[in-house]
Amino acid sequence: MKRNVIEIENLKTYFDVSKGFLRGGKDVVKAVDDISFEIAQGKSLGLVGQSGCGKTTTARSITMLEEKTDGNIKFFDQSQNKMTSIDDLSEDQIKNFRRNVQMIFQDPYEAMNPRWTIKDTILEPLIIHNIGTDKEQEEAVIEILKTVGLTPPENYLSRYPHELSGGQRQRVAIARALIMKPKFVICDEPTSMLDVSIRISIMDLMVSLAKDLNVSYLYITHDLAVARYMCDRIAVMYNGKIVELAETEELLKNPIHPYTKRLISSIPVPDPTYERKVYEITKQDLEEIENLSNNKDDLYEIGNKHFVSTHKIKGLL
Amino acid sequence: MKNILEVKNLNMEYRTLEGNVKAIQDVSFSIPLNSSFGLVGESGCGKTSVAMSLLQLQADNAEIISGNIIYDGKDIVSLNEEELRKVRWFGISIVFQGAMNAWNPVIKIGEQIREAIREHYPNNTKKDNTDTIQDLFKLVGLDSSNIDRYPHELSGGMKQRAVIALALSCKPKLIIADEPTTALDVVIQDQILKEIRKIQNDLGLSLLYISHDIAVIAEMTDYMGVMYAGRIVEKGPTKEIFANPRHSYTKALLESTPSIVGDKVKLNSLDGEPPSLMGKIDGCSFAPRCPNRNTTCNPEEKMELIEVSPEHFVDICSANR
Repeated sequence: MKRNVIEIENLKTYFDVSKGFLRGGKDVVKAVDDISFEIAQGKSLGLVGQSGCGKTTTARSITMLEEKTDGNIKFFDQSQNKMTSIDDLSEDQIKNFRRNVQMIFQDPYEAMNPRWTIKDTILEPLIIHNIGTDKEQEEAVIEILKTVGLTPPENYLSRYPHELSGGQRQRVAIARALIMKPKFVICDEPTSMLDVSIRISIMDLMVSLAKDLNVSYLYITHDLAVARYMCDRIAVMYNGKIVELAETEELLKNPIHPYTKRLISSIPVPDPTYERKVYEITKQDLEEIENLSNNKDDLYEIGNKHFVSTHKIKGLL
Repeated sequence: MKNILEVKNLNMEYRTLEGNVKAIQDVSFSIPLNSSFGLVGESGCGKTSVAMSLLQLQADNAEIISGNIIYDGKDIVSLNEEELRKVRWFGISIVFQGAMNAWNPVIKIGEQIREAIREHYPNNTKKDNTDTIQDLFKLVGLDSSNIDRYPHELSGGMKQRAVIALALSCKPKLIIADEPTTALDVVIQDQILKEIRKIQNDLGLSLLYISHDIAVIAEMTDYMGVMYAGRIVEKGPTKEIFANPRHSYTKALLESTPSIVGDKVKLNSLDGEPPSLMGKIDGCSFAPRCPNRNTTCNPEEKMELIEVSPEHFVDICSANR
């Protein structure tokens, strides 16, 4: 059994949207509402759901870009050889945490400073964390460019982002995330802006890097077909909650929750002879799920490490 | 079968300071009445340039070098501005890529649609127009309360539905949909696609559907053309192309698209990038990336489409393979 890299326990992130004290009442948006999952070393978890379901807020809460309202985020601390809550970290440890947790964003066009060369872009994290001498830093940049398939690296060092194609830019973004040798990388729709022919090469690159460097991914996407290709397990999110979590093929072949069924049936199939039928959620289906278990706090395991939420979820009908 | 639109040997160039960009090269296709035609290809292959030239909405620096666009027996390329106005909206209307962000934020949605109708039917009474808008909203599955809403009060999917209502407002015969669901998530995309298909059937419209997603093309279209570097490299009935893809680029597109059904298969990527469309282009522009290139290939050979089975055309190099 591989050790966990990250464990999320009952994470809640609420946003206050009250309209001021004179209007009365306190309004909150429960962007992330009591979710738990863990990711083992070298494994990837897909976080799948519609726009606005809380996928990105989850990612931002884990990386401390957003302050969580409640819950616990535990990260494997190498120096102490145990799982440590990020709330208990000292300033130095937070720096260490940030080294080990990196993010790759959706839009490679906006994620880079247009006035910085590729070398500056990839070098920045090394400078911030004060790692190595100038010479070592430059060698590290050359090495990582090779790793992400931008060869020969010398051709890229002094170029600017606008001189690169979308696929090349996303490779630079991956290089920048991986140069810190992180344990855990959060990818927020990293291929949705890329053309199909380039998309696969980026996905293949990420899969092979995960194997070689033993990196774990949290892979955020709204496209289950992409998640199927990338991830060992998939968590389906709706309205701030995880409604179902299982091994990828198990989830796709044997979906339990009506929302998962709906989501799967909404994906276009690249086969004109395939008669896709959209699954319509019925009241009966929802009641059946709610009656599976009385314990509404945790996900209910139907066996085979396949978990489903028995919560009453609003807005599905 | 009667065609609603025929594009014949269309060539279009963009004039830029660095030189001329051959965005559309020798593109020919036709859309049979009441059916749908899909154009698929990666960014920059010329899909949107084709859509824009069909309505003569191309950028100022674009010039149609040669070719005809025959709609309803008339050549759109030679029409003057007044005649064009009649073809636009009444004949052909378009749903742009990311059109949901094109609404004027300070005017109510209904008012913006009313403006378009008033422009084209100046004799209608206000009551007529209100009725029309209500019917349109019903058609695209929007509640009529949204007529008096501002764009920011609607979600992305609702705004896109309203754009489709706008495109239908003057009862066109052909709708061009240029990546109408690209910015939307899968569930909303599915609803919009269903809506477009339903409207197309109910109103007997013809559809030109443009997308980079071959899965969407599979579901939406009867006929399709695969575009690469400004040319159509393969075209024919959608089912036939999916069953018997002949061009290496079509095969590459199919092999690189992940699917949710069937067994998990290894996908293949396509290395390299599309060529620059500037300057002189001879022969097969796909040759540098072609996985099936062999010694019998002659990249200098002038490309033309050859019919390999009924209605199925492919570039000469792949036809002989």
